[in-house]
Amino acid sequence: MAERIEIMHEKNMQKETSKQLILGYVFKVLVYLFLILMGVIVLFPFYWMIISSLKTLTEYRLSVPTFFPTKIMFSNYADAFTTASLGRLFLNTLYVGIVSTILSLIITILSAFAFARLEFKGKNILFAGLLATMMIPGELFTITNYSTVTNLGWINTYTVLIVPFLVSVFYIYLLRQNFLQIPNELYLAAKVDGTSDFKYLCKVMIPLSLPTLISITILKMMGAWNSYIWPRLVANDAAHRMVTNGLRNAFKDTTGDVNYPVQMAAVALVSAPLFLVFIFLRKYIMKGVSRSGIKG
Amino acid sequence: MANNSMVESRHPWKAWLYLAPALVLLLVFTVWPIINTVRMAFLENYSGLKSVGGQTFKFGFGNFVKVLQYKRFIQCMKNTVLICFLTVPISTMLALLISVALNSIKGLQKFLQTVFFLPYVTNSIAIGMVFAAMFNIVGSFYGTENELIVTAGIINNIIQFFGGKPVNWINYGSTYAANITVMVIYIVWNALPFKILILLGGLQSVNKQYYDAAKVDGTSRRRIFARITVPLLSPMIAYVVITGFIGGFKEYTSIVGIFGESMGPADDKGRLNTMVGFIYDSLSTNSQGRASAAALILFGIILIVTLIQLYVSKKRVHY
Repeated sequence: MAERIEIMHEKNMQKETSKQLILGYVFKVLVYLFLILMGVIVLFPFYWMIISSLKTLTEYRLSVPTFFPTKIMFSNYADAFTTASLGRLFLNTLYVGIVSTILSLIITILSAFAFARLEFKGKNILFAGLLATMMIPGELFTITNYSTVTNLGWINTYTVLIVPFLVSVFYIYLLRQNFLQIPNELYLAAKVDGTSDFKYLCKVMIPLSLPTLISITILKMMGAWNSYIWPRLVANDAAHRMVTNGLRNAFKDTTGDVNYPVQMAAVALVSAPLFLVFIFLRKYIMKGVSRSGIKG
Repeated sequence: MANNSMVESRHPWKAWLYLAPALVLLLVFTVWPIINTVRMAFLENYSGLKSVGGQTFKFGFGNFVKVLQYKRFIQCMKNTVLICFLTVPISTMLALLISVALNSIKGLQKFLQTVFFLPYVTNSIAIGMVFAAMFNIVGSFYGTENELIVTAGIINNIIQFFGGKPVNWINYGSTYAANITVMVIYIVWNALPFKILILLGGLQSVNKQYYDAAKVDGTSRRRIFARITVPLLSPMIAYVVITGFIGGFKEYTSIVGIFGESMGPADDKGRLNTMVGFIYDSLSTNSQGRASAAALILFGIILIVTLIQLYVSKKRVHY
């Protein structure tokens, strides 16, 4: 009797586990379906941008859309390049991006070093004060900075695109945290050897925090590439215009009967460098971003 | 440590030398603007142009009163608040679901993670133009009966494929609700990558023991999600919600991306303008007093929302 009950019990258990197993599989399939569906939604705009950029205008305007261009129009890209004079915009943006990144890195390294390794009166208060400014929305600064740069005669120069944003408290904070992780013993040993602070900074601290410096470089370059509001305000002439402003200016109309294939080709060209950065340097971006909460 | 400061105390000026470039720039472009913005906000009808002309302005709250009475500002504030309160919960919920799903799978995890991060590295103006193209109706759609639609746009095509009726999303004569829907879709799409990155990072550092214990107890999936995952993730959730609200209150470029600088459909320009947009509009008409007052109001709102959320999360955030 007891044996029979045990067998029955075991059978029940098996039934239970196989039922759970099936439920588990169904659930797994649902999870994958959900993720793939969301992935498709996330990717769809990119797909639409690329296929639209390769269509003829007539094909784009078909009332039943095609999901792959019947005739591939690479000439849209050439049109886009000339319509928006992208060459000049790319060069301007690269120039501003590179110069501001280099200067910004120098300033950030020097101040992060002072905050991480040097002792001086009021260090903690000063650092806390700097961190507090991070809470203030940038628009509050822009109002005054606009008159400051006007008074300095910087309107429509490269300087106005570079100088006001050289110092980022967030980058100083990021690098200081990194510097603090480098053991103090190294510094003291260098001191005993008679190494100067500056030499120690260049020979030890910078190489050891290279990943953070790369993250800062990428974020800064992306910032230049994506900046829109400030350049529109202070340097929107043909000679100094940045890429995002140029794109928006060249294609003012977003609705109505627009030559979308050419417009999408221009958008794809502007997005291409960002995708390259994404493919090759994703790791560094993710590392920098996860601690910031800011976009580019 | 004592040793260290002894070494350093001989040259305290050296630290200031290292800090000099940063401090000089901060004084000019950060500290002075804070002081000056407060000053301009409390000088009634302050205008940079008139100030150069020698006009003086009296102290008062006039700018704030004027800004708050201004109908366009109220519209901007309404848009901003609406966008915030729609996009932050939606994107946080979606990001949470996606992160939990991503964390539960093995195959394709790295690949899908890359896919979901892709929108982060985009230019909000450029991709906004793509979204505009997807929602745009080519041909006439001016509200009259017998007009011809050439292309309804891919989104409307998809809606029609499932048997729905095409919607005038962003064109001439479109409704406010349709415009906001497009903005919410775009902003959520744009906000997902950062939130997924943070939440997935949080999930991956959660101690597996909690889940093993729950498994032994035969706890249901829903219960595990509500009782273990969400509480353990609460600090990260609080973080993405707070940064989401701060970003949402500063929303501006996504709208420029979709609607262009007219900030609204052709028949109602400025309809979707935001608080940041209002500040720049005031700046371009040389009303620095009004712009400063609006900027301080924006700062105040962000500060209050952040403090409330910090207070709530102190009570609700576990561990």
